[in-house]
Amino acid sequence: MAQQAIETDVVIIGAGPVGLFAVFELGLLDMKAHLIDILDKPGGQCAELYPEKPIYDIPGMPEVSGQQLTDQLMEQAAPFDPKFHFNRMVTGLEKKADGSWQVTTDEDEVFTCKVVVIAAGGGSFQPKKPPVPGIEAFEQGNSSDGTGVHYAVRKMEAFRDKDILISGGGDSALDWVLNLQPIAKSMTLVHRRDEFRAAPDSVNKMRALVASGDVNLHIGQITELHGENGALTGASLKPKEGDPIVLPCTSFLPFFGLTMKLGPIADWGLNLNENLIEVDTEKFATDQDGIYAVGDINTYPGKLKLILSGFHEVALMAHDAFKRVHPDQKLTFQYTTSSTSLQKKLGVQ
Amino acid sequence: MAKITFVEHDGTEHVLEGEDGMTVMELAIKNSVPGIDADCGGACACATCHVYVREDWTDKVGKAVEMEEDMLDFAFDVRDNSRLSCQIKLSDAIDGLTVDLPEKQF
Repeated sequence: MAQQAIETDVVIIGAGPVGLFAVFELGLLDMKAHLIDILDKPGGQCAELYPEKPIYDIPGMPEVSGQQLTDQLMEQAAPFDPKFHFNRMVTGLEKKADGSWQVTTDEDEVFTCKVVVIAAGGGSFQPKKPPVPGIEAFEQGNSSDGTGVHYAVRKMEAFRDKDILISGGGDSALDWVLNLQPIAKSMTLVHRRDEFRAAPDSVNKMRALVASGDVNLHIGQITELHGENGALTGASLKPKEGDPIVLPCTSFLPFFGLTMKLGPIADWGLNLNENLIEVDTEKFATDQDGIYAVGDINTYPGKLKLILSGFHEVALMAHDAFKRVHPDQKLTFQYTTSSTSLQKKLGVQ
Repeated sequence: MAKITFVEHDGTEHVLEGEDGMTVMELAIKNSVPGIDADCGGACACATCHVYVREDWTDKVGKAVEMEEDMLDFAFDVRDNSRLSCQIKLSDAIDGLTVDLPEKQF
């Protein structure tokens, strides 16, 4: 059932660097924003793909990591009190009779707003599926009993007394090996090589559990799943060396990171060009009144997919969006260095 | 200059030539070779430019370094001759290289 609509000036789809800076530019012009992101944290690709990798082309910051940039943008946006809705995907976008927009999410939230800013980067992050034929047959959607294939752990208790098979070599895989092993009936870990990129402390703990016989470790790749009517009973392992074997399991949790998919954006009737949204370069507006697209998701002649391009785009977008949100007010261009009214909004003492 | 042959999963071949210093991934993207996504744009952060280096070339092209091996954990159907094409630079040494593309980049 749909919940009561949240009313706001602007809904920003995507809380990456460009979405976060949009909060700032909109805020300076007295527009409040709610942000919706499929990840569980702000920062988009900067936080998910390369939090520790240095970025060298942010103006005024000779070197900054993806996470530092995210933290700084969060601090810069804070005076405008943005509202975040994480772990959600925007599924619907609909124009209402009065010209406002209705945004719905896969958690059944409804937002009504005058302006929608699509800052969705490369699309929404979704879990990668391992190359196992027929894996879909064991994905039972909302199965709360912990059996079958799961790409995330929502409730640990669902996995109590299960024969669990985890695949992967990163922090997600090892964290769940360590957290679920005490409640599992059995715990098996499979990784394609005997080196793990997870935190050394987690790797040491996992190795200790393997040594004590509490975790079974196999080096190789899962090639096939077994079971009937969606009930998982085992998985075939192609070991790095030796003959294939079958590992009995009732739950399979593959952790191969995330991939970006355009997702529902393709269904909103926007002008697309090779999965990018076409905009003008004056307002970064789409062909639909009140919907703007900024950052890596848009395209126009000469577009460069750089964070700094997105920053420029949101400033111009905000000036146009002002006319929709505050049609009865006159916009005067001001500088943060000299305008006392802007400084007041920023909380400058 | 180096000539590189990309073979798609369905057998379609693309023979392309590029300047020394650019990467195999950039050569593919510049020429719109289907099957190389390169979501992250060459930062060795996404594993969507995965290729298989033909067996007779693996010595010349070399092995993945640790950071690349870590990223390959995220790739689809990884084999002993798997590499990320954003980490292979064009040079005379690899002129004539053939790479096979996986079924998909996830």
